[in-house]
Amino acid sequence: MDTENMQKAMPTLSFEERIEKDEKIEARDWMPEEYRRTLIRQISQHAHSEIVGMLPEGNWVTRAPSLKRKAILLAKIQDEAGHGLYLYAACETLGVSRDDLLRELHSGKAKYSSIFNYPALTWADMGAIGWLVDGAAIMNQIPLCRTSYGPYVRAMVRICKEESFHQRQGYEIMLTLSRGTEVQRNMAQDALNRWWWPSLMMFGPGDSDSVHSLQNLRWKIKRFSNDELRQRFVDMTVPQADLLGLKIPDPRLCWNPERNHYDFGPIDWDEFWNVVKGNGPCNRERLSDRVAAYENGAWVRDAAIAHAQKQRSKQVPAAS
Amino acid sequence: MKDWPLYEVFIRSRSGLNHKHVGSLHAADPQMAIEHARDVYTRRMEGVSIWVVESSRLHASDPMENDAFFEPSQDKIYRHPTFYDLPDEVKHM
Repeated sequence: MDTENMQKAMPTLSFEERIEKDEKIEARDWMPEEYRRTLIRQISQHAHSEIVGMLPEGNWVTRAPSLKRKAILLAKIQDEAGHGLYLYAACETLGVSRDDLLRELHSGKAKYSSIFNYPALTWADMGAIGWLVDGAAIMNQIPLCRTSYGPYVRAMVRICKEESFHQRQGYEIMLTLSRGTEVQRNMAQDALNRWWWPSLMMFGPGDSDSVHSLQNLRWKIKRFSNDELRQRFVDMTVPQADLLGLKIPDPRLCWNPERNHYDFGPIDWDEFWNVVKGNGPCNRERLSDRVAAYENGAWVRDAAIAHAQKQRSKQVPAAS
Repeated sequence: MKDWPLYEVFIRSRSGLNHKHVGSLHAADPQMAIEHARDVYTRRMEGVSIWVVESSRLHASDPMENDAFFEPSQDKIYRHPTFYDLPDEVKHM
């Protein structure tokens, strides 16, 4: 151990210096209000996405083609609930209450990932969602394991560990369908056609139009830009589609040896903003399902409280 | 959730290791907190023992006071074995 350095008292680093040195910020450390607000917004949106993300899949639990697929789908949905909980808990360390977060989701004020406002029409969608949607989510989430806020890091590390099975099971569904009958192959292709572009939109607006990007990169909340991650996703996914024998629905998609990346066609940002603003195919349905689930569960929460109170009152006070 | 207190969750991943903080959750009572902790934090055999404690019962040092508070550990460098200069011939020490 270097005794020279030890004799000097550790200087108090400023917030910016700690970020610069890649130190993690913890819940009770001083932080700029804007950093706190940004984290609350990002982590809560992420938590809401996990929770709403269960809805399109819940639709297929009773119609999964086999008991094995049903059990896998249930395990995946249970994971999403767990991911939502890790993230809500991380968000609460910043001084917001769970009730406030849920209220914002249920009132429609808070956003969640727009991808969940698209319908899951066939069983192949369970494959495409796992492969593409969870694949894009992983691409977004892995850098977040190095984000600057400690509780968010710890939640993301757990989530990433669990997420990989989600993508693999989805790809396996696509693989099974693509090696099946013509009808099954068409079903897989149709799912890819519908989920491809919304998956690319999951990375958010292009870097030139992204309002929060720059400051978030500076504070190391984000570690890569939207466009960088999107490109990485395309480069990774194209060969996987080839392996399935499926065609990505983009006539302008081609390998660019100069850039060493795939070029791809323009994204329909009008569609993206339209869905963000609440006019996607399923926005209203998702929100009303979510609110109904919460309201229908109220009696369970009340019963748990009543039970806890009863148990407490039964406890005999210790003899003094 | 407003009547469900927050609990901190600690998990022993296998016997021989200490319980380690893994996160927090809301529950109506301690029993429910333990069951939720099982469902949320040990879905993949991450633990053999769970502790939960109501977050409001936890007392913590103040990070704003870190410099003064942890100062005693920095000014007694003779606590470290490398403080002592010994001849190279001395082995196994």
